[in-house]
Amino acid sequence: MTTTLIFMAVLMIVVAWWLLRQTAGTEPWQESAMGAITGGHGGRSFIQVDRKLGLFVFLAVATSLFSLFISAYMMRMELGDWRPLKDPSLLWWNTGALVLSSVAMQWARNNNKHEQLSRLRYAVLLAGVFAVAFMFGQWQAWKQLNALGLFAYTNPAYAFFYLMTGLHALHLMGGLVVWCLAAVKLLRGVELSKVNLSIELCAVYWHFLLLIWIILFGLLLST
Amino acid sequence: MAIVTHDADEYVAPAAIPEMELYHPKTWLGRYVFSQDAKVIAIQYACTAIAIGLVALVMSLLIRVQLGWPGAFDFIDPSAYIQLVTMHGMIMVVYLLTALFLGGFGNYLIPLMVGARDMVFPYLNMLSFWVYFIAVLVLVASFFVPGGSSGAGWTLYPPQAILPGTPGSDGGIILMLVSLALFIVGFTMGGLNYVVTVLQARTRGMTLMRMPLTIWGIFMATVLALLAFPALFVSAIMMLLDKIIGTSFFMPAIISMGEQLDYSGGSPILFQHLFWFFGHPEVYIVALPAFGIVSDLLSIHARKNIFGYRMMVWAIIIIGALSFIVWAHHMYVSGMNPYFGFFFATTTLIIAVPTAIKVYNWVLTLWRGNIRLNVPMLFAIGFIFTFVNGGLTGLFLGNVTIDLPLSDTMFVVAHFHMVMAVSPVLVVFGAIYHWYPKMTGRMLDDTLGKFHFWVTFLGTYAIYYPMHYLGFLGVPRRYYALEGTNFIPESAASLNEFISIAAIVVGAVQLVFIYNLFISYYRGKEAGDNPWEATTLEWQTADTPPQHGNFGEQLPLVYRWAYDYGVPGATQDYIPQNVPPSKASSGVDNAE
Repeated sequence: MTTTLIFMAVLMIVVAWWLLRQTAGTEPWQESAMGAITGGHGGRSFIQVDRKLGLFVFLAVATSLFSLFISAYMMRMELGDWRPLKDPSLLWWNTGALVLSSVAMQWARNNNKHEQLSRLRYAVLLAGVFAVAFMFGQWQAWKQLNALGLFAYTNPAYAFFYLMTGLHALHLMGGLVVWCLAAVKLLRGVELSKVNLSIELCAVYWHFLLLIWIILFGLLLST
Repeated sequence: MAIVTHDADEYVAPAAIPEMELYHPKTWLGRYVFSQDAKVIAIQYACTAIAIGLVALVMSLLIRVQLGWPGAFDFIDPSAYIQLVTMHGMIMVVYLLTALFLGGFGNYLIPLMVGARDMVFPYLNMLSFWVYFIAVLVLVASFFVPGGSSGAGWTLYPPQAILPGTPGSDGGIILMLVSLALFIVGFTMGGLNYVVTVLQARTRGMTLMRMPLTIWGIFMATVLALLAFPALFVSAIMMLLDKIIGTSFFMPAIISMGEQLDYSGGSPILFQHLFWFFGHPEVYIVALPAFGIVSDLLSIHARKNIFGYRMMVWAIIIIGALSFIVWAHHMYVSGMNPYFGFFFATTTLIIAVPTAIKVYNWVLTLWRGNIRLNVPMLFAIGFIFTFVNGGLTGLFLGNVTIDLPLSDTMFVVAHFHMVMAVSPVLVVFGAIYHWYPKMTGRMLDDTLGKFHFWVTFLGTYAIYYPMHYLGFLGVPRRYYALEGTNFIPESAASLNEFISIAAIVVGAVQLVFIYNLFISYYRGKEAGDNPWEATTLEWQTADTPPQHGNFGEQLPLVYRWAYDYGVPGATQDYIPQNVPPSKASSGVDNAE
């Protein structure tokens, strides 16, 4: 559980530090604390828009989920019957596709900021295409392993491989739903203001999933 | 109407908060069924949770019948008994308490108490309820599949949870795991809402340190739940795969009914780690909202500010953080390294410190207060007693050496029922008596309420006090009947009978409560806007029950913390949060 505990500890320290800054020194029971609130308190704790903050909270939940899988992986690995994974080389190509997808998303995000509509469309489509290519590649990797007779029940290493890649792909699919909605709107030519938040959020989410994939891939390679 | 007009000398700077765009339903279906109004969703959550909770209550009575009068009913055979135990536990912990505190009270109170029009993601909120509802349906469906519901115990330990021979090891366990996974997905949608609403949608002037402790409790419990439920999700998914496609995450090489199964090398202990990594924070997911709510009830009905507000907030945060590093105290008998045991015993005892701080502060809040012994207050005080009792037996079980002989005895059952069943449920009742007038506009009947309180309170002591002694005698938990246990005296059976009678009485008196809920809805005394003379924002709404959008034309401005009771020099013994300092003592009755 070390991985999970490290993640939890970091998160808790951040939360506690932030809350300490908000709460230390305030004495709401004092008469002087009535009324006056310095800095024009508007009720918001972060300047981020709600949906973006919601995404960050979700990313914390997803990180918790993946760190628990990694913890379980490492604990299960220490038991006697573990056989190292035979990594399909296809995974390198898939990783490349996901990196390109993330790069394209970042490109879209930059064009989004500078309101370059035609380039934005191009970048968003490209990001989606690479993401779908990644998923297709993952599916092929599954099929390759299956063809070699390496099923989920063959060995726990493969069980974890299918489980973690599957879960990662499910998260990406969730992102692709949002991407789809945004892409359709873009192609229809709606105002940029109606999609720019979705693109911003997609970009953040794509980078997150890339990071998670690199960690998972590293774990699979090194063990 | 409690809209306070604002003077030119505004104290709270008018920062720009854009008005929230509310969803306006056009059809009956959109208004009451697929509603996006947090208050409607709250009531949907609460009704579903209470309905399934009543099923679990009946189950507990059946368990007690078997223990008190073994073999009295033919249909309770050993399989049915362990199925009842399993489903009772799982429903009460997850589908009742978690859903009711966070989905029910969270949805109702967060927007109202922080001064928001609604949750920030209303659509997601609606989805959250419906996914929860489906999770409940899937769970209920497991009663009707061949083999019945799971009989693995609420902790669902492998390997026995999925092995033939355990009741419900086919359809039952699969539906249970699917239902849990759905519950977690649904909860995550709700949880995102609660966290972001508390952080981002507070009204002007509502700084974090002006929030009522109810909100602090629900907020921190949601943070815990968002981070801890994934552990249950992970274990549920992995066990599903072990069951369905034959992986060996948790399943060791095993011979079942004379046959060597295909599993090999898995670790049941791994499941226990994952399960309790969720399971212990779960205790606080239930307890922290109860802590918050009870703090507010005590302060309001003692007409005194809460003692040590800032300490209370920090205790909630510290308890939340610590709850992630105590999980293995549920696993002392699993053969862990003794140094681990020492570590987890230490962290467990440390968590008693912030908890004790809270108890002292509750008692000191009552100290020389102008106590109004109405029904919510009775439940709140009852909670303090029960929680201290349950907490003290926790000190026993938290120590490795004392836990070993007591593990898996009725002592454990008595302990966790006192601390995380009866205590939170007393708060649930107190909270319902307290907020029912806001939800319906009518008061719950006082006499019935007091009757309900005293029978429930004394009755639960009649149930769980003797159960500790059964534990000392070595009566094991989860056993259908005792045979060949000469070390247990005959009198244990009489005690069991007594406990069962008490349980049936307590169970029956809940019908009085349900009756009260219904009858008061039609015939209860008109409540008015603020029957308890409370300071928090939900009592200052323009309408009771509050309309969609909560606060009418204008969102309230907050000038003070939530605990201005008995302020010297004020015109009345409470000053609502939205009364500006200039009006609090000028003789104008603002809260009219």
